[in-house]
Amino acid sequence: MASAPSKQYSDDVSLLMVLLDTNPFFWGGTNTTTGVLSFSSFLTHVISFLNSIILLNQLNQVVVIATGFNSCDYIYESSTSEAIIVNSDNGQMPALCSKMLQKLEEFVIRDEQLSKENSPTGIVSSLLSGSLSLALCYIQKVFRSGPLHPHPRILCLQGSPDGPEQYVAVMNAIFSAQRSMVPIDSCVIGAQHSAFLQQASYITGGVYLKPQQLDGLFQYLTIQSRRLVPDMGMICTPTDPHKPNCATYP
Amino acid sequence: MSSGQVVMRARYKKTAKAPGIQGVLIMTEDKFVFTRDDNMSSVEVDVGFRSIKGHKFTKEAPQNKALLNLTQEVKGGGYIFEFDKFSERDICRDFVGKVLGKLQATQSSAQDANVASEKPTITVHDEQLSAEEMELRMKLLRDNSELQKLHKQFVIGGVLTEAEFWATRKKLLAVNASRTSKQRVGFKSAMIADVRPLTDGRTNKVTFSLTPEIIHQIFTEKPAVHQAFLNFVPSKMTEKDFWTKYCRAEYLHRTKNAVAAAAEAAEDEELAVFLKQDDILAREARRKIRRVDPTLDMEADEGDDYIHLPDHGILRDGSKEITDTEYEQYRRTLAQDLNRHAAVVLEGRTLDVELGDTRTVAEALAKSKKAELATEKSDDKANQERLERVSRMAEIEDLQAPHNLPFAPLFIKDPREYFDSQQANALKALGDAGVGTKTINCSLSTGQAYGSLRELISEMKVTGLSDPVVKPEVALKVLNGLTQHLSSTKYNLGKNPQESILDRLPNRTKEELLHHWISIQELLKHFWSSYPITTAYLYTKVSRLKDAMAEIYPNLQGIKESAQSDFRHQVSLLVQPMLQALDAAFTHYDADSQKRSTKSGERSNGFI
Repeated sequence: MASAPSKQYSDDVSLLMVLLDTNPFFWGGTNTTTGVLSFSSFLTHVISFLNSIILLNQLNQVVVIATGFNSCDYIYESSTSEAIIVNSDNGQMPALCSKMLQKLEEFVIRDEQLSKENSPTGIVSSLLSGSLSLALCYIQKVFRSGPLHPHPRILCLQGSPDGPEQYVAVMNAIFSAQRSMVPIDSCVIGAQHSAFLQQASYITGGVYLKPQQLDGLFQYLTIQSRRLVPDMGMICTPTDPHKPNCATYP
Repeated sequence: MSSGQVVMRARYKKTAKAPGIQGVLIMTEDKFVFTRDDNMSSVEVDVGFRSIKGHKFTKEAPQNKALLNLTQEVKGGGYIFEFDKFSERDICRDFVGKVLGKLQATQSSAQDANVASEKPTITVHDEQLSAEEMELRMKLLRDNSELQKLHKQFVIGGVLTEAEFWATRKKLLAVNASRTSKQRVGFKSAMIADVRPLTDGRTNKVTFSLTPEIIHQIFTEKPAVHQAFLNFVPSKMTEKDFWTKYCRAEYLHRTKNAVAAAAEAAEDEELAVFLKQDDILAREARRKIRRVDPTLDMEADEGDDYIHLPDHGILRDGSKEITDTEYEQYRRTLAQDLNRHAAVVLEGRTLDVELGDTRTVAEALAKSKKAELATEKSDDKANQERLERVSRMAEIEDLQAPHNLPFAPLFIKDPREYFDSQQANALKALGDAGVGTKTINCSLSTGQAYGSLRELISEMKVTGLSDPVVKPEVALKVLNGLTQHLSSTKYNLGKNPQESILDRLPNRTKEELLHHWISIQELLKHFWSSYPITTAYLYTKVSRLKDAMAEIYPNLQGIKESAQSDFRHQVSLLVQPMLQALDAAFTHYDADSQKRSTKSGERSNGFI
């Protein structure tokens, strides 16, 4: 089933790049203090959502990139054949899940090894610029693979605050996304709005969303996904009331 | 003229073609009267200037008659007067222009007075407008309905004077003025140098027809012919002979008879001038070559020359052009002709002489050429420049010191601090300061944080996804929340989310908002430009403007209140900056007048 030529369907095929915030300080923090959304329930929502995207069209592609504190990496790619092999441990988990969790764990260990300070001070932001760049690189690779390609989108799931020192890098990534017409959707699950992601969504024509009910994240994501998947165009989605209020960019 | 009356002999005509009636024209400040010579007692024309809309006149030229046409408001109606001399006509024309300008000014101020009768008219007409300027302003107002609305609201409403209103739009007036300047007609782009010979088919006679226009173009395109004309005519031959010879040479060119051309040139040295390559052109070309960008390598393109290959080349008049070395100097290729023609057309017409007399055209052309050469840099200087350019082009950029413009670097003590504070501001502006203050718990050590994260992941590996993913109650809440949000923006269904909020508002509200915004801008522009207040005039102007702005203020509130509930929030967002701008102006006004009053208390003889 995987051998169907993807190109002839490329009109309604999506390539969804998901940037997962895996900042341990954010997840550790929310987990102990508020307990609104734990990392595991967050992953539950996200994985269910990714599954629904893949279910919608066999040719849809999903790529997950972990946005860590010290590094970023690809942790899941639906197009590679190994991801499709059904891993039935106990039948409780989708195939996607166990593979991704495995990779995620490896990533977290690697990320930890890279950290230098024992307990960082100031704003503990994730490497958003890095993961945005990884996503754009992947999309460029897909663009160059042939004349027809799926519609790419980037979905940023961000919890930790913006890192001011990444400002230039993030803006550059946003502009290159704008240039290659890749919309950046953002879903902020942290306490604060993210000015970076507001800019990103506004400039690239994506959706900026800050859900109020975090335990309903899956529902927000699926409703939002009418933008992600062309088939669902009939559902209307809340538009972004948060136009960026800082500098405007050409 | 200063006496306020002009008396002139003129012929009154009902139409431009009619012979007209001889008589006397008397113009006073408010009317003009014409009495005919043959019947002094009866007055032919007696019209007040009030009914005259404008005046037209003929250009001063020997073939033109000195006419003055006073047009009436009624379409087509008018009074045409013919004068003996242009100077006489000009006196009348100037007088009419002045009278009409004055009339228009008083008319508009009368209008001001009518509308704002309860207010004292403060209109000061300190500028005397010519009829043309007046017409230009009228036209601008006619063409731009927005401008017209503003004009009606503020100038006729008495808030701004005519002069003040236009003072901020000098650019608009200037642009239009420059546009009216006459454009000079250039050369035709068709190659008229290809004077086609006409043969009648029976005899061997060939006829060329030359017009002044063609001659002018021949002179500019072929400097050698121009030179020869100056040399030979009329000392050596008549103009007719000259052109006959020229046409003969042309004919030889056309028939591609290079051998015959060479033979004829040997016999007749004057004819040879036309047949040989143009020396002046060649010299010019050499000069141009010296100015070519030195990094341009023409030789590199030599391989692209296909002209000599079979089935390639340029066809002209049905036969292929080939350059034959032996008679080359008697041939002109199409490429040469085309290039020369293109150069002349691009250069444009530099001469402003009435075409007609060939001799004057030729001389004027020579004069303009000389002036051109004088302004161009001498060859020495050009050479120097060329060398400079070579060195500039050949330099390797990486090895050079950056030749940037001097600038003062932006000094930010600590960029981190700057951006942090920016983010804090942004958050504050978003209005969720309550949530924003809750910072991340970063008391965790790195090890702890990573440890707990890893723990969560491995835990999840065992338990799998939680079931159900979303609890039904939560799902309902989310759905309700989203639906509510959607219903408030239901008009937006299927539309581009990037579109302006304005488009979603009802048309009337949108137009009102836009209009208010424009009027506020206009008023604020005048308001702020009046500061600092140095004269009593500015003081009254500012208070006038303040009153006008205060009138708009409640209107904005009204719009906000009258908006439907769906749009109220958006409208208030739009109105907010307008109110802020007005508030800023009011605050400044109050602060300034307070300062002023304390000052005038100290110095009782202040101007206010």
